[in-house]
Amino acid sequence: MDTWDFSIIPKFFTSFAPYAWMTVQVTILGLLIGIVLGLAFSLLRLSKLKVLNYPAKAYIWIIRGTPLLLQLLLIYFGLVNIVKLDRLPAACVALGIHNGAYIAEIFRGSIQSVDRGQREAGMSIGMTQTKIMRRIILPQAFKRAVPPLGNQFIIALKDSSLASAISVPELLLHARQMGAANFKLMEMLTIAAIYYLFMTTILTLLSTLIERKLKVSDNKSTI
Amino acid sequence: MTMVKVKNLNKWYGKHHVLKDINLSVEAGEVVVIVGASGSGKSTLLRCINFLEKAQKGSIGIDSKEVSVKSKKLHLIRQEVGMVFQHFNLFPHKTIMGNVTEGLTQVKKMSTAEAVEIGKKMLDKVGMLEKADTYPSMISGGQKQRVAIARALAMNPKVMLFDEPTSALDPELVGDVLLVMKKLANDGMTMIVVTHEMGFAKEVADRVIYVDEGQIIEEGTPEEVFDNPKNERTKEFLSRIL
Repeated sequence: MDTWDFSIIPKFFTSFAPYAWMTVQVTILGLLIGIVLGLAFSLLRLSKLKVLNYPAKAYIWIIRGTPLLLQLLLIYFGLVNIVKLDRLPAACVALGIHNGAYIAEIFRGSIQSVDRGQREAGMSIGMTQTKIMRRIILPQAFKRAVPPLGNQFIIALKDSSLASAISVPELLLHARQMGAANFKLMEMLTIAAIYYLFMTTILTLLSTLIERKLKVSDNKSTI
Repeated sequence: MTMVKVKNLNKWYGKHHVLKDINLSVEAGEVVVIVGASGSGKSTLLRCINFLEKAQKGSIGIDSKEVSVKSKKLHLIRQEVGMVFQHFNLFPHKTIMGNVTEGLTQVKKMSTAEAVEIGKKMLDKVGMLEKADTYPSMISGGQKQRVAIARALAMNPKVMLFDEPTSALDPELVGDVLLVMKKLANDGMTMIVVTHEMGFAKEVADRVIYVDEGQIIEEGTPEEVFDNPKNERTKEFLSRIL
Protein backbone atom coordinates (compact mmCIF):
# COMPACT_ATOMS: atom_id res chain seq x y z
CA MET A 1 0.00 0.00 0.00
CA ASP A 2 3.05 2.19 -0.32
CA THR A 3 2.12 3.52 -3.77
CA TRP A 4 -1.24 4.01 -5.40
CA ASP A 5 -1.52 1.97 -8.52
CA PHE A 6 -4.57 3.21 -10.38
CA SER A 7 -3.79 1.09 -13.40
CA ILE A 8 -5.34 -1.91 -11.64
CA ILE A 9 -8.71 -0.15 -11.35
CA PRO A 10 -10.06 -1.27 -14.76
CA LYS A 11 -9.16 -4.84 -13.98
CA PHE A 12 -11.25 -4.94 -10.83
CA PHE A 13 -13.93 -2.44 -11.80
CA THR A 14 -16.57 -4.78 -13.22
CA SER A 15 -16.25 -7.26 -10.36
CA PHE A 16 -17.82 -4.57 -8.14
CA ALA A 17 -21.04 -4.47 -10.15
CA PRO A 18 -22.97 -7.21 -8.28
CA TYR A 19 -22.11 -5.51 -4.97
CA ALA A 20 -23.28 -2.17 -6.30
CA TRP A 21 -26.50 -3.95 -7.21
CA MET A 22 -26.75 -5.12 -3.60
CA THR A 23 -26.32 -1.48 -2.49
CA VAL A 24 -29.14 -0.51 -4.84
CA GLN A 25 -31.39 -3.25 -3.45
CA VAL A 26 -30.76 -2.34 0.17
CA THR A 27 -31.41 1.32 -0.66
CA ILE A 28 -34.61 0.70 -2.60
CA LEU A 29 -36.08 -1.69 -0.04
CA GLY A 30 -35.06 0.62 2.79
CA LEU A 31 -36.66 3.57 1.07
CA LEU A 32 -39.86 1.67 0.31
CA ILE A 33 -40.21 0.80 3.98
CA GLY A 34 -39.22 4.38 4.83
CA ILE A 35 -41.86 5.94 2.57
CA VAL A 36 -44.65 3.77 3.98
CA LEU A 37 -43.56 4.47 7.56
CA GLY A 38 -42.95 8.12 6.75
CA LEU A 39 -46.40 8.70 5.33
CA ALA A 40 -48.09 6.83 8.18
CA PHE A 41 -46.12 8.61 10.89
CA SER A 42 -46.50 12.05 9.30
CA LEU A 43 -50.28 11.61 9.41
CA LEU A 44 -50.16 10.31 12.99
CA ARG A 45 -47.85 13.17 13.93
CA LEU A 46 -50.39 15.66 12.54
CA SER A 47 -53.34 14.09 14.35
CA LYS A 48 -54.91 16.14 17.10
CA LEU A 49 -55.26 13.01 19.24
CA LYS A 50 -52.45 12.56 21.73
CA VAL A 51 -52.65 8.76 21.60
CA LEU A 52 -51.74 9.04 17.93
CA ASN A 53 -49.32 11.94 17.79
CA TYR A 54 -47.28 11.09 20.90
CA PRO A 55 -46.04 7.72 19.63
CA ALA A 56 -45.20 9.37 16.31
CA LYS A 57 -43.28 12.14 18.06
CA ALA A 58 -41.44 9.56 20.17
CA TYR A 59 -40.49 7.51 17.10
CA ILE A 60 -39.12 10.56 15.30
CA TRP A 61 -37.34 11.76 18.42
CA ILE A 62 -35.59 8.45 19.10
CA ILE A 63 -34.66 7.65 15.51
CA ARG A 64 -33.36 11.10 14.67
CA GLY A 65 -31.54 11.30 17.95
CA THR A 66 -29.48 8.13 17.63
CA PRO A 67 -26.92 7.05 15.02
CA LEU A 68 -28.01 4.80 12.18
CA LEU A 69 -25.06 2.49 12.79
CA LEU A 70 -26.26 1.92 16.34
CA GLN A 71 -29.82 1.29 15.16
CA LEU A 72 -28.51 -1.19 12.64
CA LEU A 73 -26.52 -3.10 15.27
CA LEU A 74 -29.43 -3.04 17.69
CA ILE A 75 -31.82 -4.43 15.12
CA TYR A 76 -29.44 -7.08 13.85
CA PHE A 77 -27.93 -8.31 17.09
CA GLY A 78 -30.72 -7.26 19.43
CA LEU A 79 -33.67 -8.69 17.58
CA VAL A 80 -31.78 -11.87 16.82
CA ASN A 81 -33.05 -13.31 20.10
CA ILE A 82 -36.68 -12.46 19.35
CA VAL A 83 -37.07 -12.85 15.63
CA LYS A 84 -34.30 -14.31 13.57
CA LEU A 85 -33.54 -11.64 11.02
CA ASP A 86 -31.00 -12.25 8.30
CA ARG A 87 -28.38 -9.63 7.49
CA LEU A 88 -30.05 -8.29 4.38
CA PRO A 89 -33.59 -7.92 5.82
CA ALA A 90 -32.12 -6.49 9.02
CA ALA A 91 -30.26 -3.85 7.01
CA CYS A 92 -33.37 -3.01 4.99
CA VAL A 93 -35.54 -2.75 8.09
CA ALA A 94 -32.99 -0.58 9.90
CA LEU A 95 -32.58 1.70 6.90
CA GLY A 96 -36.37 1.78 6.49
CA ILE A 97 -37.06 2.70 10.10
CA HIS A 98 -34.31 5.29 10.00
CA ASN A 99 -35.47 6.94 6.79
CA GLY A 100 -39.10 6.70 7.91
CA ALA A 101 -38.43 9.25 10.63
CA TYR A 102 -36.86 11.73 8.23
CA ILE A 103 -39.44 11.15 5.52
CA ALA A 104 -42.23 11.60 8.10
CA GLU A 105 -40.86 15.06 8.82
CA ILE A 106 -40.58 15.83 5.10
CA PHE A 107 -44.21 14.83 4.53
CA ARG A 108 -45.36 16.70 7.62
CA GLY A 109 -43.69 19.88 6.39
CA SER A 110 -45.17 19.62 2.92
CA ILE A 111 -48.65 18.79 4.23
CA GLN A 112 -48.54 21.77 6.54
CA SER A 113 -47.36 24.02 3.73
CA VAL A 114 -50.58 23.49 1.79
CA ASP A 115 -52.74 26.56 2.23
CA ARG A 116 -55.37 26.34 4.95
CA GLY A 117 -57.92 27.62 2.46
CA GLN A 118 -57.66 24.34 0.57
CA ARG A 119 -58.96 22.39 3.54
CA GLU A 120 -61.69 24.97 4.09
CA ALA A 121 -62.73 24.83 0.45
CA GLY A 122 -63.01 21.05 0.74
CA MET A 123 -65.03 21.38 3.93
CA SER A 124 -67.31 23.97 2.33
CA ILE A 125 -68.43 21.50 -0.33
CA GLY A 126 -69.13 18.89 2.32
CA MET A 127 -66.05 16.68 2.02
CA THR A 128 -65.00 14.64 5.04
CA GLN A 129 -61.55 15.19 6.58
CA THR A 130 -60.26 11.90 5.18
CA LYS A 131 -61.43 12.79 1.69
CA ILE A 132 -59.90 16.25 1.93
CA MET A 133 -56.58 14.75 2.96
CA ARG A 134 -56.60 12.17 0.18
CA ARG A 135 -58.03 14.21 -2.68
CA ILE A 136 -56.97 17.78 -1.94
CA ILE A 137 -54.05 18.03 0.49
CA LEU A 138 -51.84 15.01 -0.26
CA PRO A 139 -51.65 15.48 -4.06
CA GLN A 140 -50.40 19.01 -3.49
CA ALA A 141 -48.14 17.99 -0.60
CA PHE A 142 -46.43 15.18 -2.57
CA LYS A 143 -45.42 17.66 -5.20
CA ARG A 144 -43.74 19.86 -2.64
CA ALA A 145 -42.06 16.87 -1.03
CA VAL A 146 -40.12 15.96 -4.18
CA PRO A 147 -37.01 18.14 -3.70
CA PRO A 148 -36.40 17.17 -0.04
CA LEU A 149 -37.23 13.53 -0.85
CA GLY A 150 -34.62 13.49 -3.61
CA ASN A 151 -32.12 14.70 -1.07
CA GLN A 152 -33.17 12.01 1.41
CA PHE A 153 -32.85 9.29 -1.25
CA ILE A 154 -29.25 10.31 -1.86
CA ILE A 155 -28.52 10.20 1.85
CA ALA A 156 -30.15 6.77 2.06
CA LEU A 157 -28.01 5.43 -0.77
CA LYS A 158 -24.83 6.52 0.94
CA ASP A 159 -26.07 5.37 4.35
CA SER A 160 -26.58 1.88 2.97
CA SER A 161 -22.80 1.50 3.21
CA LEU A 162 -23.26 1.13 6.96
CA ALA A 163 -24.80 -2.27 6.26
CA SER A 164 -21.22 -3.42 5.78
CA ALA A 165 -20.99 -3.34 9.58
CA ILE A 166 -23.26 -6.38 9.71
CA SER A 167 -21.53 -7.97 6.72
CA VAL A 168 -24.15 -7.32 4.07
CA PRO A 169 -22.20 -7.94 0.86
CA GLU A 170 -22.58 -4.45 -0.50
CA LEU A 171 -20.23 -2.04 -2.19
CA LEU A 172 -18.16 -0.81 0.73
CA LEU A 173 -17.74 -4.22 2.33
CA HIS A 174 -16.59 -5.65 -0.97
CA ALA A 175 -14.12 -2.80 -1.45
CA ARG A 176 -12.63 -3.39 1.98
CA GLN A 177 -12.40 -7.14 1.50
CA MET A 178 -10.81 -6.79 -1.91
CA GLY A 179 -8.47 -4.18 -0.51
CA ALA A 180 -7.37 -6.49 2.28
CA ALA A 181 -6.96 -9.48 0.01
CA ASN A 182 -4.84 -7.64 -2.57
CA PHE A 183 -3.18 -5.09 -0.31
CA LYS A 184 -4.75 -2.43 -2.54
CA LEU A 185 -7.24 -0.78 -0.20
CA MET A 186 -7.00 2.75 -1.63
CA GLU A 187 -7.58 1.57 -5.17
CA MET A 188 -10.56 -0.55 -4.15
CA LEU A 189 -12.08 2.28 -2.13
CA THR A 190 -11.63 4.51 -5.16
CA ILE A 191 -13.59 2.06 -7.27
CA ALA A 192 -16.38 2.06 -4.66
CA ALA A 193 -16.34 5.86 -4.63
CA ILE A 194 -16.77 5.95 -8.41
CA TYR A 195 -19.77 3.62 -8.14
CA TYR A 196 -21.34 5.69 -5.36
CA LEU A 197 -20.78 8.92 -7.24
CA PHE A 198 -22.27 7.43 -10.39
CA MET A 199 -25.40 6.30 -8.53
CA THR A 200 -25.91 9.54 -6.59
CA THR A 201 -25.42 11.50 -9.80
CA ILE A 202 -28.21 9.53 -11.43
CA LEU A 203 -30.43 10.25 -8.41
CA THR A 204 -29.60 13.95 -8.57
CA LEU A 205 -30.38 14.11 -12.28
CA LEU A 206 -33.62 12.23 -11.75
CA SER A 207 -34.83 14.51 -9.01
CA THR A 208 -33.87 17.61 -11.00
CA LEU A 209 -35.81 16.21 -13.94
CA ILE A 210 -38.90 15.50 -11.83
CA GLU A 211 -38.66 18.91 -10.17
CA ARG A 212 -38.54 20.60 -13.55
CA LYS A 213 -41.52 18.57 -14.76
CA LEU A 214 -43.50 19.54 -11.68
CA LYS A 215 -42.55 23.18 -12.01
CA VAL A 216 -44.01 23.20 -15.51
CA SER A 217 -47.29 21.79 -14.26
CA ASP A 218 -47.05 24.17 -11.30
CA ASN A 219 -47.07 27.11 -13.67
CA LYS A 220 -50.46 26.05 -14.83
CA SER A 221 -51.68 25.11 -11.40
CA THR A 222 -50.73 27.51 -8.64
CA ILE A 223 -53.57 29.13 -6.74
CA MET B 1 -89.75 30.53 5.69
CA THR B 2 -86.59 30.99 7.72
CA MET B 3 -83.52 29.56 6.02
CA VAL B 4 -80.78 30.52 8.47
CA LYS B 5 -81.33 31.10 12.15
CA VAL B 6 -78.48 32.23 14.37
CA LYS B 7 -79.38 32.24 18.06
CA ASN B 8 -77.37 33.85 20.86
CA LEU B 9 -74.10 33.07 19.14
CA ASN B 10 -70.97 33.73 21.19
CA LYS B 11 -67.41 33.11 20.20
CA TRP B 12 -64.11 33.73 21.91
CA TYR B 13 -60.55 33.54 20.64
CA GLY B 14 -58.84 32.94 23.93
CA LYS B 15 -60.04 35.86 26.04
CA HIS B 16 -61.05 37.95 23.09
CA HIS B 17 -64.84 37.96 22.78
CA VAL B 18 -65.27 38.18 18.99
CA LEU B 19 -68.99 37.50 18.68
CA LYS B 20 -71.32 38.75 21.38
CA ASP B 21 -74.77 37.28 21.48
CA ILE B 22 -75.51 37.45 17.78
CA ASN B 23 -79.11 36.84 16.71
CA LEU B 24 -79.89 36.75 13.04
CA SER B 25 -82.50 35.13 10.93
CA VAL B 26 -82.49 35.09 7.18
CA GLU B 27 -85.57 34.25 5.14
CA ALA B 28 -85.55 32.06 2.06
CA GLY B 29 -84.67 34.15 -0.97
CA GLU B 30 -83.40 37.02 1.12
CA VAL B 31 -80.11 38.76 0.41
CA VAL B 32 -78.41 40.00 3.56
CA VAL B 33 -75.28 42.10 3.35
CA ILE B 34 -73.05 42.33 6.40
CA VAL B 35 -70.83 45.39 6.63
CA GLY B 36 -68.38 46.47 9.27
CA ALA B 37 -64.78 47.48 9.87
CA SER B 38 -62.06 44.84 9.66
CA GLY B 39 -61.80 42.96 12.92
CA SER B 40 -65.45 43.59 13.73
CA GLY B 41 -66.25 39.88 13.57
CA LYS B 42 -68.28 39.90 10.38
CA SER B 43 -66.20 37.23 8.63
CA THR B 44 -66.11 35.12 11.76
CA LEU B 45 -69.91 35.27 11.93
CA LEU B 46 -70.14 34.08 8.35
CA ARG B 47 -67.64 31.29 8.97
CA CYS B 48 -69.60 30.18 12.02
CA ILE B 49 -72.68 29.67 9.89
CA ASN B 50 -71.10 26.76 8.05
CA PHE B 51 -69.00 25.71 11.03
CA LEU B 52 -65.59 26.54 9.59
CA GLU B 53 -65.32 28.28 12.93
CA LYS B 54 -67.00 26.80 15.94
CA ALA B 55 -68.81 29.09 18.30
CA GLN B 56 -68.64 28.20 21.97
CA LYS B 57 -72.21 29.22 22.77
CA GLY B 58 -75.46 29.54 20.89
CA SER B 59 -76.92 27.67 17.97
CA ILE B 60 -77.16 27.74 14.21
CA GLY B 61 -80.18 26.50 12.32
CA ILE B 62 -80.18 25.76 8.61
CA ASP B 63 -83.57 25.29 6.95
CA SER B 64 -85.27 24.90 10.34
CA LYS B 65 -82.87 22.14 11.44
CA GLU B 66 -80.93 23.21 14.46
CA VAL B 67 -77.33 22.00 14.36
CA SER B 68 -75.14 21.44 17.37
CA VAL B 69 -71.58 22.67 17.04
CA LYS B 70 -70.44 19.32 18.42
CA SER B 71 -72.26 17.35 15.75
CA LYS B 72 -70.17 14.71 14.00
CA LYS B 73 -72.15 15.28 10.83
CA LEU B 74 -71.07 18.83 10.08
CA HIS B 75 -69.92 17.79 6.61
CA LEU B 76 -73.55 16.93 5.82
CA ILE B 77 -74.73 20.38 6.88
CA ARG B 78 -72.00 22.05 4.87
CA GLN B 79 -73.34 20.47 1.69
CA GLU B 80 -76.39 22.65 2.10
CA VAL B 81 -74.41 25.83 2.66
CA GLY B 82 -72.29 27.10 -0.22
CA MET B 83 -69.28 29.25 0.56
CA VAL B 84 -67.24 31.63 -1.56
CA PHE B 85 -63.90 32.76 -0.14
CA GLN B 86 -61.94 35.96 -0.47
CA HIS B 87 -58.98 34.10 -1.95
CA PHE B 88 -61.09 31.74 -4.09
CA ASN B 89 -59.37 28.61 -2.75
CA LEU B 90 -59.73 26.73 -6.00
CA PHE B 91 -57.98 23.36 -6.11
CA PRO B 92 -54.82 24.12 -8.13
CA HIS B 93 -54.20 20.51 -9.14
CA LYS B 94 -57.63 20.12 -10.72
CA THR B 95 -59.05 21.58 -13.89
CA ILE B 96 -61.83 24.16 -13.77
CA MET B 97 -64.32 21.38 -14.48
CA GLY B 98 -62.59 19.18 -11.91
CA ASN B 99 -63.03 21.89 -9.31
CA VAL B 100 -66.75 22.11 -9.96
CA THR B 101 -67.38 18.35 -10.13
CA GLU B 102 -65.23 17.38 -7.11
CA GLY B 103 -68.09 17.73 -4.62
CA LEU B 104 -70.56 16.04 -6.94
CA THR B 105 -68.49 12.91 -7.51
CA GLN B 106 -66.87 12.70 -4.07
CA VAL B 107 -69.64 13.91 -1.79
CA LYS B 108 -72.84 13.32 -3.72
CA LYS B 109 -71.39 10.16 -5.29
CA MET B 110 -72.56 11.04 -8.78
CA SER B 111 -71.08 9.41 -11.86
CA THR B 112 -68.55 11.51 -13.74
CA ALA B 113 -70.98 11.93 -16.63
CA GLU B 114 -73.75 13.24 -14.40
CA ALA B 115 -71.33 15.52 -12.58
CA VAL B 116 -69.92 16.97 -15.80
CA GLU B 117 -73.46 17.63 -17.01
CA ILE B 118 -74.17 19.73 -13.92
CA GLY B 119 -70.66 21.20 -14.08
CA LYS B 120 -71.31 22.47 -17.60
CA LYS B 121 -74.55 24.08 -16.52
CA MET B 122 -72.92 25.81 -13.56
CA LEU B 123 -69.90 27.01 -15.52
CA ASP B 124 -72.22 28.32 -18.21
CA LYS B 125 -74.15 30.21 -15.57
CA VAL B 126 -71.02 32.09 -14.48
CA GLY B 127 -69.72 32.49 -18.04
CA MET B 128 -66.75 30.16 -17.59
CA LEU B 129 -67.70 27.13 -19.67
CA GLU B 130 -65.04 27.91 -22.28
CA LYS B 131 -62.30 27.49 -19.70
CA ALA B 132 -63.56 24.15 -18.37
CA ASP B 133 -60.40 22.25 -19.32
CA THR B 134 -57.81 24.76 -18.13
CA TYR B 135 -56.23 25.03 -14.70
CA PRO B 136 -56.93 27.72 -12.10
CA SER B 137 -53.54 29.42 -12.51
CA MET B 138 -54.31 30.12 -16.15
CA ILE B 139 -57.30 32.36 -15.46
CA SER B 140 -57.70 35.79 -13.86
CA GLY B 141 -58.80 36.44 -10.30
CA GLY B 142 -62.27 37.45 -11.35
CA GLN B 143 -62.60 34.28 -13.39
CA LYS B 144 -61.35 32.20 -10.47
CA GLN B 145 -64.00 33.69 -8.25
CA ARG B 146 -66.71 32.92 -10.77
CA VAL B 147 -65.48 29.32 -10.90
CA ALA B 148 -65.54 29.24 -7.11
CA ILE B 149 -69.16 30.39 -7.23
CA ALA B 150 -69.94 27.64 -9.75
CA ARG B 151 -68.22 25.09 -7.51
CA ALA B 152 -70.40 26.09 -4.58
CA LEU B 153 -73.58 26.24 -6.68
CA ALA B 154 -72.99 22.77 -8.09
CA MET B 155 -73.81 21.31 -4.69
CA ASN B 156 -77.26 22.88 -4.97
CA PRO B 157 -77.00 24.67 -1.63
CA LYS B 158 -79.93 26.20 0.23
CA VAL B 159 -77.94 29.26 1.11
CA MET B 160 -74.79 30.87 -0.25
CA LEU B 161 -72.23 32.63 1.93
CA PHE B 162 -69.82 35.13 0.40
CA ASP B 163 -66.78 36.19 2.43
CA GLU B 164 -65.49 39.42 0.86
CA PRO B 165 -65.65 37.84 -2.59
CA THR B 166 -64.23 40.83 -4.45
CA SER B 167 -61.64 42.12 -1.95
CA ALA B 168 -58.73 40.29 -3.53
CA LEU B 169 -59.60 41.34 -7.09
CA ASP B 170 -58.23 44.04 -9.33
CA PRO B 171 -60.85 46.78 -9.61
CA GLU B 172 -61.62 46.06 -13.26
CA LEU B 173 -62.46 42.44 -12.44
CA VAL B 174 -64.92 43.17 -9.64
CA GLY B 175 -67.84 43.97 -11.93
CA ASP B 176 -68.12 40.51 -13.51
CA VAL B 177 -68.22 38.79 -10.14
CA LEU B 178 -70.83 41.18 -8.77
CA LEU B 179 -72.90 40.64 -11.90
CA VAL B 180 -72.93 36.88 -11.32
CA MET B 181 -73.94 37.45 -7.71
CA LYS B 182 -76.68 39.81 -8.77
CA LYS B 183 -78.06 37.22 -11.18
CA LEU B 184 -77.97 34.66 -8.41
CA ALA B 185 -79.93 36.98 -6.13
CA ASN B 186 -82.50 37.59 -8.85
CA ASP B 187 -82.88 33.83 -9.25
CA GLY B 188 -84.04 33.74 -5.65
CA MET B 189 -80.94 32.34 -3.93
CA THR B 190 -80.70 32.98 -0.22
CA MET B 191 -77.45 34.88 0.26
CA ILE B 192 -75.39 36.26 3.11
CA VAL B 193 -72.64 38.51 1.83
CA VAL B 194 -69.79 40.13 3.70
CA THR B 195 -68.52 42.90 1.44
CA HIS B 196 -67.19 46.41 1.16
CA GLU B 197 -69.04 46.94 -2.12
CA MET B 198 -71.62 49.44 -0.96
CA GLY B 199 -73.00 49.87 -4.47
CA PHE B 200 -73.80 46.16 -4.56
CA ALA B 201 -75.35 46.34 -1.09
CA LYS B 202 -77.59 49.25 -2.07
CA GLU B 203 -78.72 47.63 -5.26
CA VAL B 204 -79.11 43.98 -4.31
CA ALA B 205 -79.48 43.67 -0.54
CA ASP B 206 -82.87 43.21 1.06
CA ARG B 207 -81.30 43.93 4.38
CA VAL B 208 -78.03 45.44 5.56
CA ILE B 209 -76.47 44.56 8.88
CA TYR B 210 -73.75 46.62 10.49
CA VAL B 211 -71.46 44.70 12.81
CA ASP B 212 -69.14 46.42 15.24
CA GLU B 213 -67.02 44.83 17.97
CA GLY B 214 -68.80 41.52 17.60
CA GLN B 215 -72.32 42.88 17.85
CA ILE B 216 -75.04 43.70 15.37
CA ILE B 217 -75.62 47.36 16.12
CA GLU B 218 -77.69 48.39 13.16
CA GLU B 219 -79.99 46.53 10.82
CA GLY B 220 -82.46 47.54 8.13
CA THR B 221 -83.06 48.07 4.44
CA PRO B 222 -80.13 49.58 2.54
CA GLU B 223 -81.97 52.93 2.52
CA GLU B 224 -82.46 52.88 6.27
CA VAL B 225 -78.88 51.92 7.08
CA PHE B 226 -77.03 53.93 4.45
CA ASP B 227 -79.17 57.06 4.22
CA ASN B 228 -80.45 57.30 7.69
CA PRO B 229 -78.25 55.45 10.19
CA LYS B 230 -79.38 55.73 13.79
CA ASN B 231 -76.24 54.62 15.54
CA GLU B 232 -73.28 56.99 15.88
CA ARG B 233 -70.74 54.29 15.12
CA THR B 234 -72.58 53.32 11.93
CA LYS B 235 -72.59 56.96 10.86
CA GLU B 236 -68.88 57.22 11.48
CA PHE B 237 -68.14 53.98 9.61
CA LEU B 238 -70.25 55.02 6.63
CA SER B 239 -68.71 58.48 6.49
CA ARG B 240 -65.34 56.81 6.17
CA ILE B 241 -66.20 54.44 3.35
CA LEU B 242 -68.90 56.17 1.29
